[in-house]
Amino acid sequence: MRTFFRDLNKNKAFLTMVLPGAIWFIVFCYLPMPGALLAFKQYRFDQGGFFAALLHGEWTGFKNFEFLFRAEDAYIITRNTVLYNLVFIFLGLALSVSMAIILFNLTQKRWAKFYQTAMFLPYFLSWVIVSYFAFSFLSVDKGILNHILAWFGAEPIQWYADKTYWPFILVFMSMWKSVGYSSVIYLAAISGIDKSYYEAAMIDGASKWQQTTRITVPLIKPMMIILTILAIGGIFRADFGLFFQIPRDSGLLFPVTNVIDTYVYRSMKVLGDFGLASAAGFYQSVVGFVLVIGANWFVKKVNEEQALF
Amino acid sequence: MNPTAKRTKLRDIHRLPFGWNALLHLIAGGFALSCLFPFALAIVISFTDENTLALNGYSIFPEKWSMFAYDYIFRTGDQLLHSYLVTLSVTAIGTLLTVALTALYAYALSRKAFKYRKGFTFLAFFTMLFGGGLVPSYIIVAQMLHLKDTIWALILPMALNAFNIVILRTFFQTMIPDAIVESGKIDGAGEYKILFRLVLPLALPGLATIALFSTLGFWNDWFNALLYIDSNRMVPLQAMLMRIESSMQFIIQNSSILNSGESREMLASLPQETSRMAMVVLATGPIVLAYPFFQRYFVEGLTIGAVKD
Repeated sequence: MRTFFRDLNKNKAFLTMVLPGAIWFIVFCYLPMPGALLAFKQYRFDQGGFFAALLHGEWTGFKNFEFLFRAEDAYIITRNTVLYNLVFIFLGLALSVSMAIILFNLTQKRWAKFYQTAMFLPYFLSWVIVSYFAFSFLSVDKGILNHILAWFGAEPIQWYADKTYWPFILVFMSMWKSVGYSSVIYLAAISGIDKSYYEAAMIDGASKWQQTTRITVPLIKPMMIILTILAIGGIFRADFGLFFQIPRDSGLLFPVTNVIDTYVYRSMKVLGDFGLASAAGFYQSVVGFVLVIGANWFVKKVNEEQALF
Repeated sequence: MNPTAKRTKLRDIHRLPFGWNALLHLIAGGFALSCLFPFALAIVISFTDENTLALNGYSIFPEKWSMFAYDYIFRTGDQLLHSYLVTLSVTAIGTLLTVALTALYAYALSRKAFKYRKGFTFLAFFTMLFGGGLVPSYIIVAQMLHLKDTIWALILPMALNAFNIVILRTFFQTMIPDAIVESGKIDGAGEYKILFRLVLPLALPGLATIALFSTLGFWNDWFNALLYIDSNRMVPLQAMLMRIESSMQFIIQNSSILNSGESREMLASLPQETSRMAMVVLATGPIVLAYPFFQRYFVEGLTIGAVKD
């Protein structure tokens, strides 16, 4: 006991440094964790506040989950979340690595720099702003796309009412916003490759294409693998802003735009059904946790150094 | 073959063939253009004459220009000004708080002399793997801490995150030589003195990266406002734009009431199309103008984040 207090005393400067942060983590991250159990309870507002509600609420077992899984909802939101994320991850990987290689090989470096800065711009905009941009293209009567269609003599399309096009629109918007930024990361990695590899290859008469496939790609492959596996660990978490802002909350599009995150939000704030929202949230947290742990285990197999923990 | 000729030949191989280079310029340049175009379009729309817009739709070459939108905003822009103030205060206070909390926490974790660093590292790190979900977090902030409709609801939930701590801890460990800390100790300086006098001045680039990421995060945030802000006096910029958009959507979707006096009143109270775009321009302007100068720090932060200790 005495050594414990002596240790505390010895570390008191460090302890006061971590104290504010530790309190923050406990209040904003750890206190909500037992709250995940709300999913198994009948939620009610309690005079005694959150914990009283959690303690006194009646256990309902899997009733909230039954409701979630009996309706088609669980299937649709899981399918949308996972499939969109898979497309985002692999298409994003292909596009951003290609873009990094293109920027790296451009002869005019000044232009490459300018392109890079321009591509980085969407990363700095919020989805609210991007949804205004998207609207200037998709607006039924004033939008650029319907103008172009009219120019070709085609009928205008009710973009926000017709779900056919939305998988493509969402993938396009996601790529538009993220490719510039992730290609910057890969470009930094490529620029870090020892120049003497390329010089040796040039002396041996290797073409640019050969240099790319034999030097650049193999050397950034570990990074590609790690980042991809880690991204797969997050496959159960959707980009809320993309799915909430870009379709402008249009109910007609829900079958192809509703993901777990938007579902949880709408169940809670729009329907006020805390039980259903907690059940969907619990489902997401638990599966997400398993996926992250699995992804990390996998990274460890590939390359011990790069594992998160 | 003399050496000069050989060097020229090497350089020639290093260059892409003209046709390929042109193609790569086309791809990279095309994408870069597509990233800039929507913003340019928004600026043009904001300077378009309202009647021309109603007649011809959005166009990058409007028939008639007008300053009306900006005139209107500065004449009646009470809400805009207010939201600007909210966003500015949230961003300033939030960034300061984030940097302070992150730096203190990360520094303690970076020091091997801190006996409990493993435990506190885990406390932060585990939050990256598992979260209670949206519902319990919402209940904590809204019902337990009673932060609804206060500026703190926009700041505190985003004040800290484990990822920033990991970035900064890595920065401290790799960029600050142990000898500096040791020299401070020999001079009899306390931990706080070492941190503020010796370490932080050297860690400015790392702090700048964290500060920029969090400035961007606070400036672009609308999610916390969506959850916790009902009062008009506390609505930040992004959330204000989002509200205008959803009231428009509401009126359009409920077109049956479109001709009632109530809806006409609602429509009239909303800013016109060009004014809305002017608000988009004013909300993004500062970021778009500033980011090219800070781009370097973002790239550095992203690449540090990819490196583990």
